[in-house]
Amino acid sequence: MTYQERKSILSILSTVLIFAAFCAYKYQQYPEEGLTQAETFHYWGTFVLSLTLGSIGAHIVISSFFRIYFQVSTGEKVPGFSDELDKLIDLKAFRNSFGVFILGFLLAMGSQAFDQPSQAMFIILIAAGFLSDVTGSITRLYHYRQGV
Amino acid sequence: MGKDLVGNHIRKLRFNDNEMTQQQLADKVGVTRQTIVALEKGNYSPSLELAFRIARAFGLPLEEVFFYGEDMDQ
Repeated sequence: MTYQERKSILSILSTVLIFAAFCAYKYQQYPEEGLTQAETFHYWGTFVLSLTLGSIGAHIVISSFFRIYFQVSTGEKVPGFSDELDKLIDLKAFRNSFGVFILGFLLAMGSQAFDQPSQAMFIILIAAGFLSDVTGSITRLYHYRQGV
Repeated sequence: MGKDLVGNHIRKLRFNDNEMTQQQLADKVGVTRQTIVALEKGNYSPSLELAFRIARAFGLPLEEVFFYGEDMDQ
């Protein structure tokens, strides 16, 4: 299995684990009596911001360790650039990822159009962000294994 | 249009060229080993520029490295 394939698998696993761990952590902080309208925006705003920053940091750390582990375990050098195949696959991954997020975004707006609570919108947006990230990684893995 | 219409003899040519590794060929033509793997499996049709670079790496004309259509046994 090549570096790119392993990296895609690692990306899927780390995205799922980081998201699950963060959700479990934030769930404990969710007030039992629920949130007022003002608190809802504060809570979910903090949720999105800290999840985004935390996952970026965690991805950087994980991928750095993975590069070192890959080089040591296989003796292969890690590609330091993107060639034409990588760019093509990245484009396809971005297209699919974007499509999933837009669907989630429309669903989130739809929830407001149909008078759902505002936290439903945030939950749908966060789920869409998570699914779009996973979709991008799955697309990369698929194309690296099956071709373009 | 089928994606597997452009075939190549890269694996055979590497073997004949002093058993060149995929990584060595990748370094010569400026791509990653993943791309050479995909090309050999027939999972990717290279750009014209890359096809020329690979042919030049073997010192052969393009049509001796790549073929179009069903002439797989060429």
